Amino acid sequence: MQRFANPGRFMRLSGAIMPWCGAGATIGLAIGLYLALVVAPPDYQQGEAVRIMFVHVPAAWMASFVYGFLALASAVALIWRHPLADIAAQAAAPLGAGFTLLCLATGSLWGEPMWGTWWVWDARLTSVLVLFFLYVGYIAVVNGFDDPTRGAQAGAVLALVGVVNLPIIKFSVDWWNTLHQPASVFRIGGPTVDTSMLVPLLVMAVAFMLYFAVLLLLRMRTAIVASRVRAAQLGESEPTAEPRSGRAAAGTVT
Amino acid sequence: MNQFLAMGGYAQFVWPAYGIAVLVLGGMALQSYRAWRRQQTLWSAIEATRPQRRR
Repeated sequence: MQRFANPGRFMRLSGAIMPWCGAGATIGLAIGLYLALVVAPPDYQQGEAVRIMFVHVPAAWMASFVYGFLALASAVALIWRHPLADIAAQAAAPLGAGFTLLCLATGSLWGEPMWGTWWVWDARLTSVLVLFFLYVGYIAVVNGFDDPTRGAQAGAVLALVGVVNLPIIKFSVDWWNTLHQPASVFRIGGPTVDTSMLVPLLVMAVAFMLYFAVLLLLRMRTAIVASRVRAAQLGESEPTAEPRSGRAAAGTVT
Repeated sequence: MNQFLAMGGYAQFVWPAYGIAVLVLGGMALQSYRAWRRQQTLWSAIEATRPQRRR
């Protein structure tokens, strides 16, 4: 893993990977939208409203996946002080918050016609709302310190504590009574969703994943360039300035 | 076409859901790209004033 610790190497590698992810996301979204809106059949119970699923479910998967990524990156940052780990975590957080918001909004739009309510305080919905607040809290904590290194550390601890919410989200539909349906794709015994809907769903999920990858890499690259800019500005204004700390210095590139 | 847009009577729920998806996903991309451009501009300004800087 240390081989990828060099931000210069990361810039070259990410620059090479990004166009492929971008092309994949664009094609995936185009095919996925066509399959979701045109090809997939209306549901025998829900009619055309089922098409909300093709954005709601991938967004929900991404909401949890990105949090897992955020927590993993935070653990790597705390344990190994990998210079890219904090950058990756901070780049991922706003994207995860976006996916969670999208999940909540589309879920609400799906709940009103199917359940007769926009919102209900049950375990699944509440735990996903908590996930959104965890993202927002992480972002607030990271930016709430004068010393970015301390902010990153406090944020990383918060991210790790919040991991307890992920299994709660996953199993909330089994552990508690809820309006939300139980798992129908990632379940023991295989998916219960028909192939005609499962394929568009998985295409959209892959497209969302690639979309996340592109934006994650772009945001990490932005953070690295920003740290170069900061280092150069510091170097110009105070030529004898001490590095703020070992980790900040490690984060400041080439 | 009208039938497609009507979404079997669920148009008022299906289209806002896709609209919000476009807004949220597009917003994420726009914000990320703008931040990238901003840092690129700053960096090229620094590069321009210090052409002797070794890479």
